[in-house]
Amino acid sequence: MSELETLKAQALAAVSAASQLSEIETLRVRYLGKKGEITALLKGLGQVSQEERPRMGALINAVKGEVDDAIGARRQILELEAEDQAAAANAIDVTLPGRGSGRGALHPVTLVLERIEAFFKSVGFETVYGPEIEDDYHNFEALNLPEHHPARAMHDTFYISDSVLLRTHTSPVQVRTMESREPPFRMICPGKTYRVDPPDPSHLPMFHQVEGLMVDENCSFADLKGIITEFLRVFFERDDLKVRFRPSYFPFTEPSAEVDVQCVHCLGKGHCRVCSSTGWLEVMGSGMVHPRVLEMSGIDSERFLGFAFGMGPERLAMLRYGVTDMRHFVDNDLRFLEQFR
Amino acid sequence: MKFSEQWLREWVNPALSTEELVHQITMAGLEVDGVEPAAASLSQVVVGEILETETHPNADKLKVCRVSSGAETHQVVCGAPNARAGLKVPFALVGAKLDDFKIKKAKLRGVESFGMLCSERELGLSDQHEGLMELSETAPVGTDINTYLSLDDSIIEVDLTPNRSDCLGIIGLARETGLMNNLDVCMPSIVENEAVIEDTVSVQLAAGKACPRFVGRVIKSVDLTATSPLWLTEKLRRSGIRSIDPVVDVTNLVMLELNQPMHAYDLAALKGDITVRLAEPKESMTLLNGQTVNLLDGTLLITDSSGPIGMAGIMGGAGTAVKSETRDIFLEAAFFAPVAMAGRARAYGMHTDAGHRFERGVDFMGQVRAMERATALLISISGGDPGPLVDTVSEADLPVLPKVTLRAARIKRVLGMAIADADVENILKRLDFEFEIESSERDKVWRVSSPSHRFDINIEADLIEEISRIIGYDNLPVTRPTAELTMLESTEHAVSVKSLKARLVDRGYSEAITYSFVDGVKQSLLTPRAVPVALKNPLSSEMDVMRTTLCGGLLGALVHNQNRQQQDVRLFETGLVFEQKGSGPADLEAIEQKNRLALVLSGRRVPEGWANTQGVADFFDLKGDLEFLLGAEGLTFEPCDLPGLQLGQCAKISMRGEMLGFIGLVNRAVSQAYDLRNPVLIAEIDLTMATSSAVPKVLEVSKFPEVRRDLAMLVDRNVPVSEIQKVILAHAGSALLHLKLFDVYTGKGVETIQKSIGVGLTFQHPSRTLTDDEITTAIEEVVAGLETKLKAQLRN
Repeated sequence: MSELETLKAQALAAVSAASQLSEIETLRVRYLGKKGEITALLKGLGQVSQEERPRMGALINAVKGEVDDAIGARRQILELEAEDQAAAANAIDVTLPGRGSGRGALHPVTLVLERIEAFFKSVGFETVYGPEIEDDYHNFEALNLPEHHPARAMHDTFYISDSVLLRTHTSPVQVRTMESREPPFRMICPGKTYRVDPPDPSHLPMFHQVEGLMVDENCSFADLKGIITEFLRVFFERDDLKVRFRPSYFPFTEPSAEVDVQCVHCLGKGHCRVCSSTGWLEVMGSGMVHPRVLEMSGIDSERFLGFAFGMGPERLAMLRYGVTDMRHFVDNDLRFLEQFR
Repeated sequence: MKFSEQWLREWVNPALSTEELVHQITMAGLEVDGVEPAAASLSQVVVGEILETETHPNADKLKVCRVSSGAETHQVVCGAPNARAGLKVPFALVGAKLDDFKIKKAKLRGVESFGMLCSERELGLSDQHEGLMELSETAPVGTDINTYLSLDDSIIEVDLTPNRSDCLGIIGLARETGLMNNLDVCMPSIVENEAVIEDTVSVQLAAGKACPRFVGRVIKSVDLTATSPLWLTEKLRRSGIRSIDPVVDVTNLVMLELNQPMHAYDLAALKGDITVRLAEPKESMTLLNGQTVNLLDGTLLITDSSGPIGMAGIMGGAGTAVKSETRDIFLEAAFFAPVAMAGRARAYGMHTDAGHRFERGVDFMGQVRAMERATALLISISGGDPGPLVDTVSEADLPVLPKVTLRAARIKRVLGMAIADADVENILKRLDFEFEIESSERDKVWRVSSPSHRFDINIEADLIEEISRIIGYDNLPVTRPTAELTMLESTEHAVSVKSLKARLVDRGYSEAITYSFVDGVKQSLLTPRAVPVALKNPLSSEMDVMRTTLCGGLLGALVHNQNRQQQDVRLFETGLVFEQKGSGPADLEAIEQKNRLALVLSGRRVPEGWANTQGVADFFDLKGDLEFLLGAEGLTFEPCDLPGLQLGQCAKISMRGEMLGFIGLVNRAVSQAYDLRNPVLIAEIDLTMATSSAVPKVLEVSKFPEVRRDLAMLVDRNVPVSEIQKVILAHAGSALLHLKLFDVYTGKGVETIQKSIGVGLTFQHPSRTLTDDEITTAIEEVVAGLETKLKAQLRN
């Protein structure tokens, strides 16, 4: 009996060791062929006693089946391997670029606008839009800039007619909101603005602005400092960014402040073309809304206080992305734009 | 305003370095724009005297000079036209350094030269380079030039905000500096000049509101050929003003020092009394600069019996101008009210230092002081006999500064921090503000009056700003606002512009931003029927009207790229377009401002690549992009004739029955006008409509099998596929799930007036399996419909 077991073990070992299809065939012939060793055992059953023969036959057949299955399974494996190897001869160059089209890019000013909007939305500031062609009243009068006010000289204005103009800031959107709603409110007004400045590295006749406004019973200059400082730190992703507020003048705010940030290029270390070695960069105007501006829009300036601020996305984009010439923003050169992919 | 640091320090001299001083001034709200040295860094440059000159033997334009440096005499070759014997000039010795430029011994056309005679530009004093800088005859030869000209000084330029016109003079800057450092300001002593003669010119104030005060004085027998002293001309130079003659120099100095512009008239040219009045219709006058102007209504004038002799506070007239031979003068120091001056100079296209100051406002009590100062200075230079100072005032018209209520409680509310009463009062005192206590309750209330030079203080907020400014914004607290939570609206009925942009970016488009003002002539090729909004003061004719379409700007951006070897261009832009509706003057209501989105496509269909299909982008690429952007379902494209676009390759687009925009191939005329080299496709749609969206309502997905049948047919070539689709949809019955157009063929095997169309119809029933009969019936219906309505012939 052990002869059969030995033969089985021998056959299975040989099959699993076979690494070529031809070997498998040889093994099949050797064990299962007409003159094969297992076949021979079956043939030899005749010499076994009548009563032993069925049991022996079953045993030998079982071994035959097992060996046959093993050969089949091994052959399948070896056949797949052979196919894989044949296919490997036709290897593709995986370093070739993929098929298809490229992606475009958003304009850097849009990227900045989206960051600004996301920050202020997170603290409940609604985004409001307004017309770019405005009337004198909303662009100037209602912001405490009557005709001939010297501060109008800071707004070189494109005129359509004596009383219609291209807005010089997005503040008229705030006026329109204050006129039509009841405080309290928090909002930002992003959009295009226009001033008569021929294009040069630091000026464009058309640029963007985001102005913000909060009017509430309790909002102070300290709150203004807080929200702007936080915004600038978030925007530039620098927790230790130094921010300073400097007295200034805007007809629609009082007190008014310019906001400077520590030069994000040299971090105040000097010898820097970005900040002209002053260590500071002017990034925003801000202040407490002038009581007269509130009153003109029908808001009780004794009950409500407000703060407002305004910033230039182009300026922020220049600082953030290292753009050195404002004209790049309107050239729309793909080699420039596609860097913002 | 530019000023010399030394000059400021003569008035108030805090123990601060230049850098610290500049920082302090900036943080006080007077932004310093720049600081530069008063001269180049100079070493071994001395006062030299040209002893004699002779012509260079080998060069006509050069002179060989013998120059004394005090101790020695040097030979110097010089090309300046004003080099002459006896002239005292800055002399850079051999070994001298002018900034980084080193003076060496040299040979010029064969003659040796030891040193250099200098112009103002070479010393870094100004841009003046027409000749040598001429020094006074009394300049001590051999003295170091830095010492002689007091060049160890900085020129500080402050960019003043319109409310701080009080700092347009040293007097104001010194007050601020004193205030910040708690130091007293030491003004130069200004005393009354006793009248030596009796002469006066009488002045009538006929426009009292506009000119409530006019201080005048006659000075006779002045010598205007005298030269102004170095200290004076250097102060002027460092403020960017050139020396002219003693009268002009003195009035300019007083303007810079005391912030009071003045004017001098030639007394001999004055006729009769002076009247200050507003211009009458049709008056004109000739100004100092030779320009004759027709005077506008409301212009404030200085007149005598002959008519206008000066445009008040802006510029004097030519007829009464002081000349070098003038002996007798009449000096003016007046207060012209800002409201009368505002916008005046600009209306004449002028800008003068005097006009700038009056427009913003000068101290209405400063005129007498300025007159006394100017008189004394002028007499010290040019001699002369002063007459009595005449102060003509219309008291009732002088500005009245309001008493402003200041509440401690309000300070606390605005600043977010309480300021101690004593601190408030101390600050008010330092500002020269007078106050009385109105209420000493727990929250104190003051009544504050400001001095005449701080006429910008009108309301409580102005005082709060002053207080916070003096405390220093840096010293105020930083808090976060607290407010009631508000819930922002959010809708699913609109797609955000942001996500539309993201889709386009994913599709290969980059975002452009182009000017809202464009070339009106070029634009009219694209939108000939739209009336554009024109600018009154455009920057150029290429930017003279507001855009009526975004396409013009995008075509410009495309050309920019094409001209820089970027041929494959996909750009989009969102923004407003503007159109004038109705006729008549441009009032705001008549201007339509609509938000649009436009795309431009040119070049390869897909980027060049080993495995990418070749081919140039066409109409269907752009159409496909629009369908990707908005979903093909709601869109209808209709052939039409559109300006600027190629007939037969453009379409109107509507969305759910409403006009959305257009798409097409740019035609030849536009291509030529914009200089386009390759075929260009453009599309423009209404952005507001494009963002509208419906909230999805889900239909149950059927579990039963789909059955597809394909049909191939021949139709007349002009039958649009949309017609075929319509007929199929009308006849296929409700079980039709999709209709796919899989083939459009013209060419071999199809007659030229026909095209072959292949469509695939997929049927499915929501609640059961469809039978063969049902599908066959539906297909027969469809075929019958196509045959009768479109004369389609089924192909096998």
